[in-house]
Amino acid sequence: MAKTLFDKIWDAHVVKDIDSTRQVIYIDRHFIHEVTSPQAFSGLRNRGIELFRTKQTTATADHNVPTLNQHLPIKDPLSRSQVDTLTENCKEFGVNLYHLGHELQGIVHVIGPELGITRPGMTIVCGDSHTSTHGAFGNIAFGIGTSQVEQVFASQCLILSKPKTMRITVDGILQDGVSAKDVILYIISKLTAAGGTGYFVEYAGSTISSMSMEERMTVCNMSIEMGARGGMIAPDETTFEYIKDRKFAPKDKEYKQALQQWKTLYSDHGASFDQEYTFDAADIGPMLTYGTNPGMGIQVNEQIPNISEYLDPKQLTKSLDYMGLQQGQLLEGQEIQHVFIGSCTNARIEDLRKVANFVQGKQKADHVQAWIVPGSKQVEKQAKEEGLDTVFADAGFQLREPGCSACLGMNEDKVPAGDYCISTSNRNFEGRQGPGARTILASPLSAAAAAIEGKIVDVRKYMN
Amino acid sequence: MEAFIKFESTAIPLPIENVDTDQIIPARFLKAITKEGFGDNLFRDWRFDRNNNEIADFVLNNPKYSGQILVAGKNFGCGSSREHAAWALDGYGIKVVVSSFFADIFKGNALNNGILPIQVSDDQLDIIFKTIEEDHQAAFEIDLEAQQFTICKKGIHINFEIDNYKKECLLKGYDDIDYLLDLKEEIVAFENQRTIY
Ligand code: SF4
Repeated sequence: MAKTLFDKIWDAHVVKDIDSTRQVIYIDRHFIHEVTSPQAFSGLRNRGIELFRTKQTTATADHNVPTLNQHLPIKDPLSRSQVDTLTENCKEFGVNLYHLGHELQGIVHVIGPELGITRPGMTIVCGDSHTSTHGAFGNIAFGIGTSQVEQVFASQCLILSKPKTMRITVDGILQDGVSAKDVILYIISKLTAAGGTGYFVEYAGSTISSMSMEERMTVCNMSIEMGARGGMIAPDETTFEYIKDRKFAPKDKEYKQALQQWKTLYSDHGASFDQEYTFDAADIGPMLTYGTNPGMGIQVNEQIPNISEYLDPKQLTKSLDYMGLQQGQLLEGQEIQHVFIGSCTNARIEDLRKVANFVQGKQKADHVQAWIVPGSKQVEKQAKEEGLDTVFADAGFQLREPGCSACLGMNEDKVPAGDYCISTSNRNFEGRQGPGARTILASPLSAAAAAIEGKIVDVRKYMN
Repeated sequence: MEAFIKFESTAIPLPIENVDTDQIIPARFLKAITKEGFGDNLFRDWRFDRNNNEIADFVLNNPKYSGQILVAGKNFGCGSSREHAAWALDGYGIKVVVSSFFADIFKGNALNNGILPIQVSDDQLDIIFKTIEEDHQAAFEIDLEAQQFTICKKGIHINFEIDNYKKECLLKGYDDIDYLLDLKEEIVAFENQRTIY
């Protein structure tokens, strides 16, 4: 019978059927960070058991870390305690940790792929919803809660019900200035923030297959923002090339054997999905969010919807009040005070290159604070080797040290209440970037253009 | 985990859709390394203003409303996977959340912490909100064994779904780890028969 990519991988990981809906699923890779792991380690300790498969577990500190002066102790005592607790736990239970200051440290979803730990055909989990990022390599990757982190620690397995499958096909060529970020924001705006709940998504079509690995990660990263458990893309030559020669990737003969296995990973012709959507790349323009969930998105030249046409008027009113925006308003021309280019959605080297290329020879607007926060130490190093740091400095952008930074208001990097921030991150929830902060999600290019002009602009005017 | 027993309680209404876990417990409160104390910061930024004064019109600050049941708008618990959201609800004393739709990860986290998410239809949710609006003292009964949610004074019984395995776990107060630890041999056998690259 024709099988979907999802089913092929899922079925290969069933250890046992519990009942008609629940199965024990084996987990190949487990990433952990400081925020969602301490209570799981305590759980092991309370039960008096070991961590079952330490070699399949990788840790990094990312959410709480400062992005300036990382060589100094973390100022906030609670953040410091959480990061220190991770270090102690990893030592006690024998887990490989890329601690603050380590040359391979970075945001968990950036370092996994970058180090070649993330590979096709695997099951991958992390106590973090954006684990969906890893699905870009053709695997089943999803976020879990802390109780489940403890389950994986204890048994390398999870008890799960199989989700439904959805295929989203995007065909055609994107306009100049329109990127993977715009594609996913567009899809979420069409499906809404809950449209994918209960599903695992496979992205397909010529637009997706012509994307680089980093662009594919941007797309899969935000699958969770439409409620989906995860997103995946069938691996192809682009995937295999990316993995080859990475630190932990299979080498030589093993790599050749791996290729044989990886090449069987695609949805068979005729495989059926529980839900299908198709989009045309030509319809997608630069996207922006105007509200307080990622489904509230419009193209730069569209108006914010009116109450009368909106599905949930109460939510629209509440969101627009919070955002200080009006129904029917155009976002183009909206003044912004902060620009955040970073997060596991858009802080990889290609993102930084695109921004550098765009801002070269330009100057940010005086009233704007423009931050670029690389996704990992390796991205930071690469950026410096390529001289991007000078380009950023000349344009008035600040290149900081790696971490989650202003993606979430947990570390020192926050957006002040009432200020507008155009951000390449993935969530525009109330207070996400700090209490009262107003987040407008966008692509790195749109964010860079807004930094230059001090207001939101249609980046396509710079193209050609 | 404590066993889940049949109970009756008043309910707290939160008729807002897409309540995300950043609202349930904002990121800046995720720095603890234990599961205790999160209840104090449940819905922190809706409950308190920037000077830590109570915001009078938020439902948790309204002395009229109390109880172990939270009734919320559609798509409750979307966003971040933080289990702290479940710990915050639990810490505050919420045992049941009723909504017409739950985000996946939240639902799993709630169940793993002995909180029962009850999914009802949009119409049923409206009736429940109306019942509380008419009488904030209105009582509801939760019977997990019978999978029934009852609006006591109206005598309306609403049946809800829960899969058998999770139901058993809640009723007995067991968790998934107990089950998985018993499977060690099968897990090792599984590992031995496969190659993963
Ligand atoms: S960058 Fe943001 S979304 Fe990504 S892992 Fe960090 S906090 Fe989560």
